[in-house]
Amino acid sequence: MSATAPLHLAAEIGGPPRYDPAHYIDLARLAERGALDFVTLGDSFLRPGLDALAVLARVAPATHRIGLVPTVTTTHTEPFHVSSAVATLDWVSRGRAGWYVDVSTTGAEARLFGRRPAAPADELWQEAGEVADASARLWDSWEDDAEIRDAATGRFVDRDKLHHIDFEGAFFSVRGPAIVPRPPQGHPVVVVDGTGGPAARVAARHADVVLVRATAPERAAALRAELRRRAAAHGRDPRALRVLLALTVDLGDIETAPEPGLESGPPLSAGGSYYRGGPVDLAELITRWHRGGAVDGFHLTPITPGRDLERIVNGTVALLQHRGLFRTFHPGGTLREHLGLARPANRYAQERGRA
Amino acid sequence: MTTTTRPMHLAAHFPGVNNTTVWTAPRAGSQIDFSSFEHLARTAERGLFDFFFLAEGLRLREHHGRIHDLDVVGRPESLTVLAALASVTHRIGLAATVNTTFNEPYELARRLATLDHLSGGRAAWNAVTSPDAFTGENFRRGGYLDRAHRYTRAAEFVATARELWDTWTPDGTPRPFAHHGRHFGIEGEFTVPRSPQGHPVVIQAGDSAEGREFAASAADVIFTRHGTPESGRAFYADVKARLAKYGRERDELRIMPGVTFVLGDTDADAQERAAEIRLQQVSPQNAILALEQVWGRDLSGHDPDGPLPAVDPDPTASATRGRVAHGDPLETAARWRALSERKGLSTRQTVIEATGRQSFVGSPRTVAERLVEFVAADAADGFVLVPHLTPGGLDEFVDRVVPLLQERGAFRSEYGGPTLRSHLGLAEPVWKG
Repeated sequence: MSATAPLHLAAEIGGPPRYDPAHYIDLARLAERGALDFVTLGDSFLRPGLDALAVLARVAPATHRIGLVPTVTTTHTEPFHVSSAVATLDWVSRGRAGWYVDVSTTGAEARLFGRRPAAPADELWQEAGEVADASARLWDSWEDDAEIRDAATGRFVDRDKLHHIDFEGAFFSVRGPAIVPRPPQGHPVVVVDGTGGPAARVAARHADVVLVRATAPERAAALRAELRRRAAAHGRDPRALRVLLALTVDLGDIETAPEPGLESGPPLSAGGSYYRGGPVDLAELITRWHRGGAVDGFHLTPITPGRDLERIVNGTVALLQHRGLFRTFHPGGTLREHLGLARPANRYAQERGRA
Repeated sequence: MTTTTRPMHLAAHFPGVNNTTVWTAPRAGSQIDFSSFEHLARTAERGLFDFFFLAEGLRLREHHGRIHDLDVVGRPESLTVLAALASVTHRIGLAATVNTTFNEPYELARRLATLDHLSGGRAAWNAVTSPDAFTGENFRRGGYLDRAHRYTRAAEFVATARELWDTWTPDGTPRPFAHHGRHFGIEGEFTVPRSPQGHPVVIQAGDSAEGREFAASAADVIFTRHGTPESGRAFYADVKARLAKYGRERDELRIMPGVTFVLGDTDADAQERAAEIRLQQVSPQNAILALEQVWGRDLSGHDPDGPLPAVDPDPTASATRGRVAHGDPLETAARWRALSERKGLSTRQTVIEATGRQSFVGSPRTVAERLVEFVAADAADGFVLVPHLTPGGLDEFVDRVVPLLQERGAFRSEYGGPTLRSHLGLAEPVWKG
């Protein structure tokens, strides 16, 4: 990895539950001012708070460039609805949508639906992979130029460019095509936390952005190399995978930390990486890891979004920009453009082209 | 002109996917781009409408086993569009059609409560059922419910959603819930506090006896097809009479037919425009399609400018999937033949006349007067207007008809409150924690 590869930065804007949209709009605009690639908003059926995808849809018209990546779970939801909602977020944000894929592992979540018992993570992630696969096919089920509005023949669409996906998995089937035409980005950006085993398998196969947790650059670099190797084994271009270090940050009241680095605070969760210190030292850490080629960027989860995101943007990011290590504006309009990822070709159009 | 002391309610339907949207018109725009939704919703809000209404599609229609290609098709998912519209509107209600067959109460109640929070109390849910296994092929559940169970599930679904919306106390304390009924056995904690309206407004669409009963027992608004004064009055009397047995007052349910309109500078201009619109809606290909839907046969070789087919419909065949069929095909064919013979109409002309649903045609003054009369005659509490054009089809109505309604005291001149319930004159539900 060359040291001049662009740095990617993202931030989580969830935290203690808030029910007023202005709170989320303010945070997304703050991240947008910092030219971050995207914001995420975590969600689960257990966590007090609003539906994350709807919140980011509410945020979309109030922002212009920032990518919007809600968590949408795959265990108790309908794959057809999930793919439609994510595609619609891409439409209402004009190409800025992502989808943070997650599963529901607990019995408490299962009891909210009463349809199936809780299942092991392996099984749930296998299903999540199927949902990602079926969704991508649904996003392709309309070719980009399927709508023809041909008044001469009276045809609104060219039905040869609409496709049944006929998806038959181990967990569900979907006939297709989608109701939502192909979204502006072709495929909204798929984000997976690929630290755990079964999630890493789904990430290597389906994700555009993979979050990893590591406490040393060597470990992160090894995780990235392994993800790329597996992506290539699935026939993917390993360079089309962005691996971001997931880092929980507490910028507290400390302006400079005596011992900057990941070891300066207790880990928040098993395997989680945690930074406690000042915004300047965080910039140093990001520079060091990125220059060392360990990761493509960072996904920062502020302990206290309102306070820490402000310090990230006005402190850490400003410094990185000043040093020419991070862009000062969004040169493109879509999240894929921010990430340097190409718009995916439509598989059905390709098949038709070959036929 | 008639005056009334009972103000009417107005809503706007986004004319996206259907065979009445005139997509060939020069002013027709995108039915997908967010700017189209924004334009129509803001126009409706400028007109002080009660709510903006989106339908739902879960499977593309097919005809003779192939995807139907003549009508506007393709739309974004409603609740997500409405959450985005909450950002660019301030007062207008935001109503989504979401079916109860292929969703689960916990998830949908959460999404609806979220929209109510995000919009400051402007959310509405048109609870519908999905018709068949054809739609079910896109879902985990498949097409497992017969007609009767679809409605018992729908009723239990709405009741369960209301239980969930009541789990937080009005002072903001979450409490556990448990619902164990025929269709759902669920328990836990709901993640969203009581929303600004208490409960999002519940709309019911449908005309069957089960649908009317469901509406009388559970809905705040009923969206009907009864767009003529005669059928409107009968429907209105029937549904309002059903309320008492559920302990509800007549004013606790708003009846709003979906209606179309065509305006012109004069009544004659409007009639001329209406005829042009019908010709655009019923192209020669669409006339054949309408024929095949009734006849159940392949009539692709039939001349749309010739007479109706000599053969009778095949009542057992169904050429089109994904669309609700209305009426007995043999009866429909007999009616169409009588109409065609009486007026000497070609196939296409017959379809144009037999399937026309242009409810209000005339000058702005004429249309305003008819709307007022309709409400004064207890044929409706208001209307869901379905324009022919996306996204500018409501502009003329708001600019030219709404002021006339306001002059006559038949429609509001400003929003009275912030929530959809306040526009509709509906009380916030009593908390039943």
